[in-house]
Amino acid sequence: MRVTAIAAGLAFAMSLSACGSGGGDDGDGGGGDNATPKYNAGVNNVFNPSDKKGGTLKFANDSDFDSLDPGDTYYGYSWNFVRNYARSLVTFKSAPGAKSNELVPDLAESLGKPSTDAKTWTYKLREGIKYEDGTPVKSEDVKYAIARSLDKDVLVNGPTYFNDFLDLKGYAGPYKDKDKTMKKFTAIETPDDRTLIFHLIKPFSGFDYLAMLPSTAPVPAAKDTGTKYKEHVISTGPYKFEKNELGKQFTMVRNDQYDPKTDPDTGRKALPDRIEVQLNVNQADIDQRLQSGALDVAISGVGVQAETRAKILNDPQLKQFADSADQARTWFTSFDNSVKPFDNIHCRKAVMYAVDKEGLLRAYGGSSGGQIATNMMPPLVPGSKKIDLYEAKDKPNGDIDKAKQELQECGQPNGFTTNISYRAEREAEKATAEALQQSLDKVGIKTELKAYPQSDYGKLYAGKKDFSTKNKLGLRVYGWGSDWPDGFGFLSQITDSRVIRDAGNTNFNVNDPEIDAMIDKALGELDEKAREPIWVDIDKKVMENAYYLPTVWARQLLYRPERLTNVFITDAYNMYDYTTLGVQ
Amino acid sequence: MIAYVIRRLIAAVLLIFVVSAVTFLIFFGVPRLGGASAEDLASRYVGKTAGEEQIKLAAERLGFTDPLWEQYGRFAKGLVAGADFDTGTEVDHCPAPCFGYSFITQNPVLPDLLDRLPVTVSLAAGAAILWLFGGVATGVLSALKRGSIFDRAAMGVALAGVSLPIFFTGLLALSIFSYTLEWTPPGGTNPVEQDNPWDWAAALILPWITLALLYAAQYARLTRAGMLETMGEDFIRTARAKGLPERRVVVKHGLRSALTPILTIFGLDLGLLLGGAILTETTFSLPGIGQYAVIAITNQDLPKVLGVTLVGATFIILANLIVDLLYAVVDPRVRTA
Repeated sequence: MRVTAIAAGLAFAMSLSACGSGGGDDGDGGGGDNATPKYNAGVNNVFNPSDKKGGTLKFANDSDFDSLDPGDTYYGYSWNFVRNYARSLVTFKSAPGAKSNELVPDLAESLGKPSTDAKTWTYKLREGIKYEDGTPVKSEDVKYAIARSLDKDVLVNGPTYFNDFLDLKGYAGPYKDKDKTMKKFTAIETPDDRTLIFHLIKPFSGFDYLAMLPSTAPVPAAKDTGTKYKEHVISTGPYKFEKNELGKQFTMVRNDQYDPKTDPDTGRKALPDRIEVQLNVNQADIDQRLQSGALDVAISGVGVQAETRAKILNDPQLKQFADSADQARTWFTSFDNSVKPFDNIHCRKAVMYAVDKEGLLRAYGGSSGGQIATNMMPPLVPGSKKIDLYEAKDKPNGDIDKAKQELQECGQPNGFTTNISYRAEREAEKATAEALQQSLDKVGIKTELKAYPQSDYGKLYAGKKDFSTKNKLGLRVYGWGSDWPDGFGFLSQITDSRVIRDAGNTNFNVNDPEIDAMIDKALGELDEKAREPIWVDIDKKVMENAYYLPTVWARQLLYRPERLTNVFITDAYNMYDYTTLGVQ
Repeated sequence: MIAYVIRRLIAAVLLIFVVSAVTFLIFFGVPRLGGASAEDLASRYVGKTAGEEQIKLAAERLGFTDPLWEQYGRFAKGLVAGADFDTGTEVDHCPAPCFGYSFITQNPVLPDLLDRLPVTVSLAAGAAILWLFGGVATGVLSALKRGSIFDRAAMGVALAGVSLPIFFTGLLALSIFSYTLEWTPPGGTNPVEQDNPWDWAAALILPWITLALLYAAQYARLTRAGMLETMGEDFIRTARAKGLPERRVVVKHGLRSALTPILTIFGLDLGLLLGGAILTETTFSLPGIGQYAVIAITNQDLPKVLGVTLVGATFIILANLIVDLLYAVVDPRVRTA
């Protein structure tokens, strides 16, 4: 056994210099009684269910959180993990698969109660919720937490949804307001210690998703230390910080002021006595430690490295501890309509038809890295539908004839030249750009590849309007993950023209008043069943107009060491649920 | 001698300022010359949802709109007298010598570096002892037994040591000794947080050996070449003719002469490592200065990169100074000069 392990280690180390290729996703395993290790046993099921408390749950992160401050974080894994120490008004139910898409009340007694025009939302806090120091949580503290998160000069990382939807009347947050009583912050009323009334600037039928944001976790104003609050967040969840060495590691212990009776709906288990999180750990070593059992969870939730993925999928002994997790993420290439001749829809359609979709999938490691995307909204988003307007299913290697026909209609029968940008540090995006180049070459579209650093890709390069136009970045390789599992959470930031700015764009190309109107219609629709088809229509409109070229719906391979209990993939976060895990 | 040391110390301080000016120019000036605006620089320190106005305000608050000389002047003043930084909610004081202030993590750089220094020193010192003694001893024995099986085997291992990258040998060592045999703690174990010297050493033994293997190989080859050359010199023949014991001929006359170039390289190598053993710390996830540098570069946190560069330069300059002083001890010719 040891010899085998040494050989495996040697093979692993050697594979670091080799090019990884994704293994096949044969879809075996999953389902049934779940205490025996089996491939995909953590997909749509709780693997190794247990209520045994105790032990230390060990996480490691190959980088660092954007911030541990609930009011200043935008990473998916952070939103998943933060629930261990911060309770928001509502949250996603801790349950396997699609069941996790259900929003349930956390701090609040129930989901929000909307006015008929969906512009006013009311929440009432549960009784008996306390901070780690024993003081009771009040509605004023939730209001203060949201108020401070509005100030993006100070807390720069979090999303801007509250800035966009609350009727702020110019209020910029408590750090800029000398009056600490927040009298000017009328967008949230707190008529008593338990009631919060939100006033929106426009209807928003999905406001409960905003109530799910970690920035609704209460912060006592007296304990707020601004940018330093991340050093010691005052806990309301089942765990509190014991030690926090920024950039290195932190440990959490049980919060004795957390009362499970006040938490009947979320499904938190709080099994381990202690949680350890190491930061900035070598990803290759994380993969090794997971396989050896020296580590329980890779907290970033992005799965093992490509090299490790191939090794695991080809070794039945290892594969039984792996779960293939579909993601609410689409890898795509955005056109730039300001770069000629992409102002002409037929030139865009020529590209849509010409590309080898299977080749693009190979760039992400084949079927273990995802599936061919036919449209923008991934299947994991509730209500989404497959829209195959460009023959991805019938002609996955591209339709050269149709592409040439579109080039004729575009007035470029012999093709044209353009540039393809990608993020330099991302191998898969480089491979995508190369695959695009090869495909387009077959119909006479000559391309040059341009790599830019990923940290500035949106702000200074591909996402900066004048830079993209000036440098003729006709095709820009990128990706987008859902902020939360619904049409708005996925599509709004990449299709609403009103979010377009000069730089730092997420919507790279869609400037269509019809789509804006459809988004507004969806926002005002309180009936979920009536709302979902609107988002599908928006997706279809995006495809009809060929604004984006979707390439791959992402998938990744997670590894669950043998001693983990209550392991399952939550569709809400597309990784293991971090509030239910335990150790044997 | 004292005047010489003082002169060298003053020169060292001046050199550090020159390094700081050049580094500052590279990080903050070159991008501007390349066409990046003050807002472009500031955009690294705002969130991904930041709008144009917000980036503009950040550029002003961080001082990127000021002339470059003024920005460097502030930085240099901070080195001598400390500096204050506005976090948006309070003014954070960075005491002298202020090596910069991270606008991403909102804290002064130097305390971070000092916090991580013990890990880097533990790693570099232990590895240096291993490679110096191991490399020099192997080189001497190889030279004395030139052409023997030992010589060939040692030089073969040395060649392998130089050729194998740390991220290969390091991960392999972890796989075997930490995760399979479980003799050593897993990667990421912080040595300075251990309860006793034994655990401290256990957390470092694999990084030490991995790092030392790389350097020992060079030192063995260098020592062997030096010894072969020295042992053929006339004064060695004279020493032997005078009837000195062979051990004394080898150690006192042969090795001492061959050591001078090794000492020069050792000073540079050790100085460089104290500024951060980037690959080793990254491979073993050791929270030292090297890992800090990688994080800073990845996040494009320029003040941190600048701070690490300055610390690294300081160590190299100091190590060189110490080596120059040690020359006099090792080589009598320097003393008489």
